Amino acid sequence: MSKPFPPKVVTANALLKGDVVYLTANDDWSPNLSDAEVIEDEAHATIRLLDGTARQAEVVGVYLADVKVGTQGPEPVHFREAFRARGPSNLFHGKQADSA
Amino acid sequence: MYRYDDFNEAFVRQRVEQFSQQVARRIDGSLTEDEFRPLRLMNGLYLQLHAYMLRIAVPYGTLNAAKLRQLAMIADRWDKGYGHVTTRTNMQLNWPKLPDVPAILSALADVEMHAIQTSGNCVRNVTSDQFAGAAPDELADPRPYAELLRQWSTDHPEFAFLPRKFKIAVIASQADRAAMRSHDIGLRLIDRDGTRGFEVWVGGGLGRTPMVGQLLRDFLPEADLLPYVEAILSAYNSFGRRDNKYKARVKITVFENGLDKFREFVETRYAEIRPQFDGRDHALLAEISQAFAAPAWKTAPTNAHDAALADPVYRSWAETNLAAHKNPEYASVTISLKKPGETPGDITSGQMRAVADLAVAYGHDDLRFTHEQNIVLPHVHKGDLPAVHAGLKAAGLATANVGLVSDIIACPGMDYCALATARSIPVAQQIALRFEELKLENDIGPLKIKISGCINACGHHHVGHIGILGLDRAGVENYQITLGGDGTEDMVVGERAGPGFAYDQVVDAVERIVFAYLDLREGPEETFLQTYRRLGMAPFKAALYPDKETSRAA
Ligand code: SF4
Repeated sequence: MSKPFPPKVVTANALLKGDVVYLTANDDWSPNLSDAEVIEDEAHATIRLLDGTARQAEVVGVYLADVKVGTQGPEPVHFREAFRARGPSNLFHGKQADSA
Repeated sequence: MYRYDDFNEAFVRQRVEQFSQQVARRIDGSLTEDEFRPLRLMNGLYLQLHAYMLRIAVPYGTLNAAKLRQLAMIADRWDKGYGHVTTRTNMQLNWPKLPDVPAILSALADVEMHAIQTSGNCVRNVTSDQFAGAAPDELADPRPYAELLRQWSTDHPEFAFLPRKFKIAVIASQADRAAMRSHDIGLRLIDRDGTRGFEVWVGGGLGRTPMVGQLLRDFLPEADLLPYVEAILSAYNSFGRRDNKYKARVKITVFENGLDKFREFVETRYAEIRPQFDGRDHALLAEISQAFAAPAWKTAPTNAHDAALADPVYRSWAETNLAAHKNPEYASVTISLKKPGETPGDITSGQMRAVADLAVAYGHDDLRFTHEQNIVLPHVHKGDLPAVHAGLKAAGLATANVGLVSDIIACPGMDYCALATARSIPVAQQIALRFEELKLENDIGPLKIKISGCINACGHHHVGHIGILGLDRAGVENYQITLGGDGTEDMVVGERAGPGFAYDQVVDAVERIVFAYLDLREGPEETFLQTYRRLGMAPFKAALYPDKETSRAA
């Protein structure tokens, strides 16, 4: 038996605005982590990472980030991803303000 | 102030034009990110955690009201209405959008500013003393040399692809207010037997492997500055390591080869290079120096200042935020960007305009960004100080804490920086608020806290009297504390106190260190650093880790 695959999302920064985006199951880039497609299978993760990376004209720096699945969908595991999903902590700027 | 000549201006405009086309080609998909990235970095454009960041060069920290007003306009029009003063005396905008960057660069060029060489493996912004041209202890204004080095290194073909970035600082006094010995090259202007020249220090640097610069040449005649610095860079270009990013700075080249061997490399190159310099550099220096001539000092009564000292708020500001000036009727004003609870180094567009107005009205239109993330009005007549204070107060900029515990250097850390391993800004905010609440700041006296959000040490934590380094320990923010660092002419790298602290413990830890100091000092005249030097780490360690002591005693 292979070891369990920690769930992941495909994330990047948008080319024009530079803000954090997540790849959805519909192949859109969403600014909200909760919209991201949660990938629970390694082979599928590889494919989705390639899908995301191919979209050079939309995004920069595509990678897979670990998530845990909560009641609202995917949630960050590492604190860096939590900041990326929310915005800076010293000023109410970035996502936290955009979605307010 | 130095003005660009036609060539400089044409060069900057041409770069803006080139970059505009590159941005357009990136957006229409004809450039990949791999192709575009080095091009945007050459123009100071980074991609950070939440957005792009544009690092705007402020050579040797010097600017004037027109430039600051333009920065305010840019911040309002294309960013979020504020800017961040960095420890390399540049200004960063945290939220520019890629399609707007060409317009921003063009607006900068309108006031002779740019973002060239604020990134990449080239000679970065040359820094200097924030009191240059004003300090009573300086031999001469060091900035003409900084400007000469800037012009020479800008777009110098041989030095566009160094093994790593390269930082130079120039000072002209015994006191080092520019952390000169933490630079790849540090230059101190000196006089020897009536001849002007430089002490040349090499191989200083913070980051992963902190090192204090060593004396490469105890006297370099002034006229030989460019060929000698070029010889150092050339030796570094040849012998610096390119196989390992972490061993590529010149401090490692010096360390691995030894100072004597490195000096031999330099002297050999110097002998070859020297004859190629035909004196044009001297003519250029003479021309540049004229642009840095002292302003026409005014003579007027200073009693308004003396009278204002009766006000305790003014007095406390005067005690901390004023520095002596070479003209006894003047003072240099440090405007603190460290109001407790605010982000160190941040300034709103409204505040920029207020400062610009004060510089025009009372400061001979001269302004400096400091590496300690404050702003200086170098030349204010004492009679005008009460008006300056009132203006600053109205703009929320009269915080009286320069050099005190809440005057903290903090890098952007994980609130902005893509390289960060932990946050630094909120730690600085909380420490400043804690000591404001304790109302002990003036009693504690001079104390420099410096915070970096990763090992790159942009927050200069190694040379903080108390240094704080934020790390990622198994997915949790963890803060390592160093003590006894010093960024002045007696530069010392701080010593690690012991195991790190969690995010919610670090403010208490700093408080314990400071309380230990208050208990241990021989009197209010003995500063934190002096107490630390007298007693060493042990008593501070005992205060920092009280549980360990009790468990050992038990
Ligand atoms: S020290 Fe690290 S976290 Fe701070 S600005 Fe520099 S690279 Fe970023």
